[in-house]
Amino acid sequence: MEKENLIEEIRKRFPDEIESDAETRGDQVLVVRREGLRPVMSGLKDAPFDYAVLLDLTCVDFLASENRFEMVYHLYSMSRNRRLRIKVSLPGETAVVDSLVGLWKNADWLEREVFDMFGVAFIGHPDLRRILMYEGFEGHPLRKSYPWRKEQPRITLKD
Amino acid sequence: MSGFDFLTTRFDMAVGWARKFSLFHYPFITACCGMEYMSAACAHFDIDRFGAGLTRFSPRQADLLLVVGTVSHKLAPALRTVYEQMMEPKWVIAFGACAVSGGIYQNYAAVQGIDKIIPVDVYIPGCPPRPEMVLDGLLKLQEKIQNQGQDWRWKKKT
Repeated sequence: MEKENLIEEIRKRFPDEIESDAETRGDQVLVVRREGLRPVMSGLKDAPFDYAVLLDLTCVDFLASENRFEMVYHLYSMSRNRRLRIKVSLPGETAVVDSLVGLWKNADWLEREVFDMFGVAFIGHPDLRRILMYEGFEGHPLRKSYPWRKEQPRITLKD
Repeated sequence: MSGFDFLTTRFDMAVGWARKFSLFHYPFITACCGMEYMSAACAHFDIDRFGAGLTRFSPRQADLLLVVGTVSHKLAPALRTVYEQMMEPKWVIAFGACAVSGGIYQNYAAVQGIDKIIPVDVYIPGCPPRPEMVLDGLLKLQEKIQNQGQDWRWKKKT
């Protein structure tokens, strides 16, 4: 499958799930609807697309925008040496998206990090709790609405 | 009785003199200020000239805690534990802007100055402070130790 046909093929396979596609600086980007994330990802993981590696998974906060959060997934195909970026927009009041732990094990900690920093909830995650900050930390620090110089409760000493 | 009073003051002075030139320090180093600490501690600037040359890597053997570098919220309980493990009398130096006030890390992860966790005797600002400033801070601490009321073991509790 050539690079030009790839997006076409994926769009043909998932006509309803994919919203749009783009190319920035040689990287191909697909914008996927929230409901379609899991089927698209599991389709891309196997042949013929073969994006077997989830390189990274993160989130962006567009505070003023209608869809406040944007999940960003970076996929890599080892057999074709090719990368693909998947984006999903989430509304601010229901920042919820399907978990990908069932497809990629490394999504576990990555999703916990996004939950910790942005407060995005992942449906079907086996152990969704903070990973970088401590229990008792208030708020999600990488949200644009997080107050500057907010005082946090300190960790208490154990006996 | 007046002769006895005179004697006690002299004794405080003598103990202060002995203590200020025998500081065993525990380096609690987390960040780049550690480079300046190394420079201050080793041959070029030689902190041993001022009687604080003996580095102990156990807080139980130390009486000067050097907090060198950024302290995050998750590290704070460890720092508090180290401080509480030290024997009396003990002193603390906040070394560098991060330990003094959080420095450039005005964010959710860093403690905004270690004096929110433990009492501090001398603050050394700078990002990082030059070894001369460290030695200057040490001299300030020695002055403080010399002039403070000494807490000695057989003194009556009032």
